[in-house]
Amino acid sequence: MYLEGLEMIGVLVVVVVFVKVLEHFGWLGAGYDDSVEDELEQSAVRHRPEGLEQLEAQTRFSRKELQILYRGFKNECPSGVVNEDTFKDIYSQFFPQGDASTYAHFLFNAFDTDHNGSVSFEDFVMGLSILLRGTITEKLNWAFNLYDINKDGYITKEEMLDIMKAIYDMMGKCTYPVLKEETPHQHVEIFFQKMDKNKDGVVTIDEFIDCCQNDDNIMRSMHLFENVI
Amino acid sequence: MAGVAAWLPFARAAAIGWMPVANLPMPVAPNQKNKRQDELIILNVSGRRFQTWRNTLDRYPDTLLGSSEKEFFYNEETHEYFFDRDSEMFRSVLNFYRTGKLHYPRSECISAYDEELAFFGIIPEIIGDCCYEEYKDRKRENAERLQDDLEDNKDKKPPNMTCRETMWRAFENPHTSTMALVFYYVTGFFIAISVITNVVETVPCGTSTHQKEVPCGERYTVAFFCMDTACVMIFTVEYLMRLFAAPSRYRFMRSVMSIIDVVAILPYYIGLVMTDNEDVSGAFVTLRVFRVFRIFKFSRHSQGLRILGYTLKSCASELGFLLFSLTMAIIIFATVMFYAEKGSSSSKFTSIPASFWYTIVTMTTLGYGDMVPKTIAGKIFGSICSLSGVLVIALPVPVIVSNFSRIYHQNQRADKRRAQKMQKARLARIRISKTGSSSGFLHSKRNGLFNDPLELTGSIEDEQQLSKSTSLLESQHHHLLHCLEKTTNHEFVNEQCYQQSYLEAGQNYQSQSPSLSSQEGMTGTCCTRRSKKRHSPLPNSSVPSGALMHPLVHPHTHQHALQELSTIHIQPHTTSRSSLNMRLEEQHPLNCQSGGKVTTAIISIPTPPAANSPEGDAQPPAVPAHHQNIVKVSAL
Repeated sequence: MYLEGLEMIGVLVVVVVFVKVLEHFGWLGAGYDDSVEDELEQSAVRHRPEGLEQLEAQTRFSRKELQILYRGFKNECPSGVVNEDTFKDIYSQFFPQGDASTYAHFLFNAFDTDHNGSVSFEDFVMGLSILLRGTITEKLNWAFNLYDINKDGYITKEEMLDIMKAIYDMMGKCTYPVLKEETPHQHVEIFFQKMDKNKDGVVTIDEFIDCCQNDDNIMRSMHLFENVI
Repeated sequence: MAGVAAWLPFARAAAIGWMPVANLPMPVAPNQKNKRQDELIILNVSGRRFQTWRNTLDRYPDTLLGSSEKEFFYNEETHEYFFDRDSEMFRSVLNFYRTGKLHYPRSECISAYDEELAFFGIIPEIIGDCCYEEYKDRKRENAERLQDDLEDNKDKKPPNMTCRETMWRAFENPHTSTMALVFYYVTGFFIAISVITNVVETVPCGTSTHQKEVPCGERYTVAFFCMDTACVMIFTVEYLMRLFAAPSRYRFMRSVMSIIDVVAILPYYIGLVMTDNEDVSGAFVTLRVFRVFRIFKFSRHSQGLRILGYTLKSCASELGFLLFSLTMAIIIFATVMFYAEKGSSSSKFTSIPASFWYTIVTMTTLGYGDMVPKTIAGKIFGSICSLSGVLVIALPVPVIVSNFSRIYHQNQRADKRRAQKMQKARLARIRISKTGSSSGFLHSKRNGLFNDPLELTGSIEDEQQLSKSTSLLESQHHHLLHCLEKTTNHEFVNEQCYQQSYLEAGQNYQSQSPSLSSQEGMTGTCCTRRSKKRHSPLPNSSVPSGALMHPLVHPHTHQHALQELSTIHIQPHTTSRSSLNMRLEEQHPLNCQSGGKVTTAIISIPTPPAANSPEGDAQPPAVPAHHQNIVKVSAL
């Protein structure tokens, strides 16, 4: 029988509703299986760190310090690894006025040395070991690594600008004096004037370490957080 | 913040990433005085021992357990802290320290829980989202119940009431005196009479001399008129008496019941005034309709009616939603039906508004059958329409029902209690026992999770301030924020200061002229008006006493460290501030604080006397003894 216009639409609607109901009950087998698999995947991510002795050997922390660190770590990340979102979340809580997510992203990349998208306790503790107990050179190396976003051994102005903007973002809007658009740019200029000795537009690791070692302020501030743990 | 307190060392370590970028020297890190190894402390709550790390409790320094207040409960012999409180509820309190989230155990009584929280200095607002709704609901229920209790005490007659007040009380609570009761029944009777009269008036009363049947009203006009007059007179007298007795006449006139009263009696008077003109008799008839409003006067007499009205009012949003969704559905289906039925001959669906009627009748499953679709498409859509109608109507109804049930039961409970003669005796007994016991609890603690920490500085005079020191955590966190400020060369300020400084940005922050930033600039713009006056009379460095005398209204002096980075002179700063790094904080005058709620941190840093500072020589008064840094950081 010839169906016209609206009748056709009406019939179509009925058929579609019917199909959807069947799908829901899994008779057409379309969407049902995926949900089960998703749940399995989520629970599989769990990580147990290496033993205490190995970590003690690899880092410069004492046993007790490692214990304290692990307890804090596990409290916030029961699954044993931190993914980038949790990391950003945690770090942002220390800087409520501004937006710490960009800087946290760079930090995450700096800590995630094997670039697998998550920071395990070992990565965490290794990073901290360098930052808190390392030599000046190691610390400066770490900082250079942080700034060098694409890890090619050179800090370009664009990379530095990104980092600088991320730092200024953490300040937020309500600052004194008022933050202007050019402030990060100017700050980058000053940085490059100081660091880039041969004026080739990039800062290499040697220029960086060299320059920092000659700067009293920076040297002094490197020792600032020795007694953090 | 609690959970992430453990990550503070990490955040501080990561701050090393800022160091090569910063151009200013960093502030000194706070010392960990008597850095003890983290120890387990034992909390004995009514015999049940809880153990936790000391650091866990220190996360919230302005609660009982996190501050030195717990020392009051220390038991020397057993080396534990003993609390004589409910150990079940203490579990949730302690879990709050451990996880940072406060949960409300559903099996506990709401007021007991509130008291426990008050004792331990925890504000209930931080209950986690998972339990907050339940908490609020229970609290509201409890408050309503308590309010009913209070209202019961109104039955006692206070002495020395004026005649007017007596009358008002008689009107509002009819069971207080016999006169009131009589009045109550009489008015009720007359309302009933009036309503019955109105109804019977229209009944056909058998044939008279004319051929057609006449309603009774026209047959016995005089009788009905007398009835009507009598009722209206009673109602008018009642209304005037109520108006006279009302404590606030204006409010009484605006109340719903009085409007109903007025509307009930007006038609009669208007009818009296109007002549028997044929033109206006149509309007006259319409006015008679309003006489039916007299039936609403019954709501004064019936509790149930009042509850119904109250319920409908409180469910206004659900009803509104119902109405809105119904309207939407009606319009959609009416349109569809109209176009579906357009083709068929002799279709009743002549226009879309005409289809509205069909849609409403179908959706409410009435199905009169006066309009019926004939085409196949029409029938399909018609069936979909009726199915969806059932759903849409069924959804908001349970909400309304549960609201009604809650209010109704509450009222029932109140009635039952009122009926108990023993109520007064019970209250008397409670009163006696209460005066015998001593007060149980401490008053609730100061609100908020913020502290007024003292920044630990390097100078020696501040040692005595450390007796008031706050948790190490807070000072370390503030040091971290301070480092960030130094790195970027900007300071944190709060909203208001930011707005003001933003507005005045043009005048005060001339980048190229450091001289401008001397006198004027030394005082921050947010407090310009206030501080300009105060700043001038203060001489250079002999001011400590002056400053001490006005600690609270002291001008907020800033160091305009550097507006634009191009005017930085790094060298003089480092030499003048070398090892001292004395940080003098002053209390913010009130106009820069954001009233206890918190958005940002504020640190004001006046320069120490530096002769070679390019910033000019306005001296901030040295305030060695009054260090109170208001650094409010939200949500930590």
